[in-house]
Amino acid sequence: MRKYLLALISLSVIAMSCSSSTSSTGSSTGSSTGSSTGSSTDSSTNTGGALEGQVTLTLLAHESFTPTPGIFDAFTAATGIAVEIVLSGDTGQLITKAVLTSGNPEGDVLWGVDNTLLSRALEADVFSAYQTPNTTFMNASLLLDIPGHEVTPVDSGDVCINYDIAWFKSRNIAPPLTLDALTNKQFANLLVVPSALSSSPGLAFLMATIAEFGTDGWQPYWKSLRDNGVMVVDGWTQAYNTEFSGASGKGDRPIVVSYSSSPPAEVIFADPPVDAAPTAVASLTCFEQIEYAGILRGTKHEAEAKLLIDYLTDLTFQNDLPLTQFVFPVHSGAVLPEAFTKYALRPENPLRLEANVIATNRTAWIDEWSAIVLK
Amino acid sequence: MLALTDITLNYEGRTILNNASLSVARGEIVSLVGPSGSGKTTLLRVIAGLEQPSQGNVVIDGKLMTGVPTHKRDVGLVFQDNQLFPHLCVFDNIAYSLRIKRVSKALQIEKVNEMLSLIGMEDLAHRDVGQLSGGEAKRIAVARALVADPFILLLDEPLTGLDAELRDRLLEDMGALLRTRGTTVVHVTHDHNEAARLSDRVVDVRTLGQSGVQLQ
Amino acid sequence: MNQVASTNVTQSLYRRSARWLWIAPAVFLVLILVIPTTAIILRGATFEGFRDVLNNSTIKQALWFTAWQALASTALTLVVALPATFVLSRFAFTGNRALQALITVPFLLPTVVVGAAFLAVLPSQLHYTATALIFAHAYFNLTVVVRIVGACWEQLHPGIEQAARTLGASPLTVFRTVTLPLLRSALATASGVIALFAFTSYGIVRTLGGPARSTIETEIYTRSVLIGDMPGALALSIVQMIVLTALLWWWAKRHRGESVGPQISVVQRTPSTRSQVALVYGIALATAAVVIAPLSALLWRSLTQTTPDATRFTLSGWRAVTSSTTLGAISTSTLFALCAMVIATVLGLMVALGVAYGSPRFVWLERISVLPLTVSAVTIGLGILITYDTAPYDFRSAWIITPLAHSLIALPIVVRIVLPVVRQIPRGLQSVASSLGATPLQTWLTVDRPLISRAISASAAIAFAISIGEFGATSFLTRRSSETLPVTISRLLSRPGDALRTQAYALCVIIVVISMIAIFLIDMLRPSRKAK
Repeated sequence: MRKYLLALISLSVIAMSCSSSTSSTGSSTGSSTGSSTGSSTDSSTNTGGALEGQVTLTLLAHESFTPTPGIFDAFTAATGIAVEIVLSGDTGQLITKAVLTSGNPEGDVLWGVDNTLLSRALEADVFSAYQTPNTTFMNASLLLDIPGHEVTPVDSGDVCINYDIAWFKSRNIAPPLTLDALTNKQFANLLVVPSALSSSPGLAFLMATIAEFGTDGWQPYWKSLRDNGVMVVDGWTQAYNTEFSGASGKGDRPIVVSYSSSPPAEVIFADPPVDAAPTAVASLTCFEQIEYAGILRGTKHEAEAKLLIDYLTDLTFQNDLPLTQFVFPVHSGAVLPEAFTKYALRPENPLRLEANVIATNRTAWIDEWSAIVLK
Repeated sequence: MLALTDITLNYEGRTILNNASLSVARGEIVSLVGPSGSGKTTLLRVIAGLEQPSQGNVVIDGKLMTGVPTHKRDVGLVFQDNQLFPHLCVFDNIAYSLRIKRVSKALQIEKVNEMLSLIGMEDLAHRDVGQLSGGEAKRIAVARALVADPFILLLDEPLTGLDAELRDRLLEDMGALLRTRGTTVVHVTHDHNEAARLSDRVVDVRTLGQSGVQLQ
Repeated sequence: MNQVASTNVTQSLYRRSARWLWIAPAVFLVLILVIPTTAIILRGATFEGFRDVLNNSTIKQALWFTAWQALASTALTLVVALPATFVLSRFAFTGNRALQALITVPFLLPTVVVGAAFLAVLPSQLHYTATALIFAHAYFNLTVVVRIVGACWEQLHPGIEQAARTLGASPLTVFRTVTLPLLRSALATASGVIALFAFTSYGIVRTLGGPARSTIETEIYTRSVLIGDMPGALALSIVQMIVLTALLWWWAKRHRGESVGPQISVVQRTPSTRSQVALVYGIALATAAVVIAPLSALLWRSLTQTTPDATRFTLSGWRAVTSSTTLGAISTSTLFALCAMVIATVLGLMVALGVAYGSPRFVWLERISVLPLTVSAVTIGLGILITYDTAPYDFRSAWIITPLAHSLIALPIVVRIVLPVVRQIPRGLQSVASSLGATPLQTWLTVDRPLISRAISASAAIAFAISIGEFGATSFLTRRSSETLPVTISRLLSRPGDALRTQAYALCVIIVVISMIAIFLIDMLRPSRKAK
């Protein structure tokens, strides 16, 4: 009899859990993704708009979009528009889905397409153009790739060579400061990079080498990197957390491709607290990554979506970016936190490639790169 | 009583039973003999309702059985290979039909224990059926079929595969058991000696359908 | 006995009910699999895509690598798992159930985690090699052999093997000439499932094989998501579908009608002689050690931080887990897994019963049910995205899509586990039950159900496992408005900083614990094999 009882109990648990999932899904949206537009707006979206007349905007983003919970409360208070955040996959997945649903989008605003992949979205006519007044506070170089204002820059960062300070200090070797140096025998078997095929910083690093050595010069460079024992892994996580020695001492390669904001992150998340970052950035190796947000063509709330773009590029939101997402604000009036001013090194002249050059060559570069490096 | 009239069964173009007729009186033990392939087992399965005859009638206790499913026929069938339920212990195997008929727990225990003592296996009540000897398994199969006092007990080659000494003893025990309870039995075997010792009447299955050999 | 001629009422009633069982699974497959896949192919596939893909040398190489690593993974899994399966299915010993639950754990882990755990225990020369990938596949799939082959093995009558011993065969000869042939059908099923898993494996290939080793599945992902070459990805997806479907049908045809004889026994021996005790516990402990090593590396990492100078203990990762919103992810994952488990098990059981009891024509259902394993998850996900996008059928944001997608992947496994066992039930038992007065329904409840309950619980466990560990290509299937555990873990691991890392590993340990509890409960639900 006991087993029947047990079966009954478990069945009812299952039935309960299945039926309650709808509501728990809704309520955990706010907490786990940190969107927190207030629990009232969350539930109103789930019950189909209990609050009459209130518009809820759906903001689609990749999974690294983690602003401070409650950051949109001020926006809702000022405009009466609620914001629901829907996270899904990485940038590649986000764009793939946006391209397939172009014209009949899953949401109203999309956050997180970057300059290395932008052309895919533009070619599929995913966005509805809009120029926010906040562009006046942005450095002109951020707007170079989008003369038509299809999307709006929201943050920027740099993909750079990072190195393990202690490793080089203890051996009395100077760390590599340029891309060229990496082919030096002195640094043989010390570099680990994420694959350009499967990782966004990996692709950005490939573009850094193309920007540095030219469209005909990067192939021999990668051949010599390969001869010098570069390790290529699937993604940033493996490169940084598993193979790199500077992050946690587990790996044995002291040079890695990561971000210019990685050293401050090491300080902020250190346990116990530390006074100095264990890693540093080689600033001459940096490639600039700009992230954009855009209004999805086909939205029913275009006017409200424009207000959200304004808010995303305004100071409240821009000031929140460094410590929650480890990127740099695009608003020139934004204030950087101490950890950033102290430990993050922003290259003065990062390596860049023009968007139309990337658009025409990206697939061919990736194919060529895998033929050189992965075979 | 049991009456079979003109049972014919064809299977894939082969005639397995041809106009077979048989009647058995209440409390009578009848043995059907015949070589293998002569349709003995099939006839038992027709009585049990496990096979549908192509034509002919089965009447049990005055009721026409056409269309009556096996579980409503009140027959007990002992299979040649016992077919004990592997997931149930000895006690639960025997109690199966009582449980199906929602007999009270107390009565179940009483009846099963009675059967167990009749077959001399009181000690094995909670044994796993996988651990039984051939003779033990056969006794359990008979007990399982008998426990709910079916109107007719059908025995399909019950002693095949057992050694001579065991057969002797089982034959005697079974005969005594069935006679004390006054059970009506149709018994199928290829062994004339076994048939003669157990039953009141021996019938060759090949003669069932021949005209003029109508057995009453 | 003329069982073939059987027109037994119980069986014919089974057959008549079975006639209707196909409807629900068929509707499910059409809605979640066939329509979306067709839609995306019609939308995006082009002739040029095919031409480019078939001429591409990288892809030819990928096809070749995919096939051989799948075969090697299957072989290695069988070699490692068979001794454990033998011990677990033949002997009753302390810890039997615990070991079974333990072996299931790797299967539950998100592939990200298996990858991390494996990198932690493998020597660094083996990182990003085919060897590492094959080892991880074997580790991951152990439970498939233990559950599928074990369910069959424990029903083999020991008498058959004992008979062979008396005929002068050594234990090894008995295994080769008697046991193995009798297990053939189960072995074929298990190998088929493992080969298919390895063939379409995504996360493990990505993390452990390194970027140089691409399989068809990773190529599909790379083309569609990272490069944006949809025609190429779809062409590959179609090639994979055709190759796998052809292989599966050939496989099914070869092994059709194989089953173990009517001998069934559910007895387990306690190891008696000293050498038996040594053998049983030796194999059990060795298997446990193999499973535990990578798992303990996870626990270790959740509790320690390593600096170049020292390793020190910390509870900060665990504190962050209990205090933070990750509790939400834990409950979401568990609920999704329970829903997926129920859906997959019920539908899978319907398919198995329909095929086993229904007319022979229903074999098509069995074949169709395997299709989810042959279609790339990316393709299904994108298909659903473009199919159910118009009101009132805009289900793109419905939470149920996630558990539905998970159950789609689990369904073929459930069918593969339950079907052979249903087929193996001797029809005589149903006859005997009806002769004892049981109605068809009572026969089903008192005879069939208890005999297949073990297979049902095994498949429910695997369905739960598939769902709770699901990440990677199927993370695509939905836009996620609430995080599941694998997603939280990968998010934590994708940021620098030790504090987040220990938290991620603590979550891995939590997945292991939840899964073990779930598996243990599911195993408890089935009736004990020992007679009361």
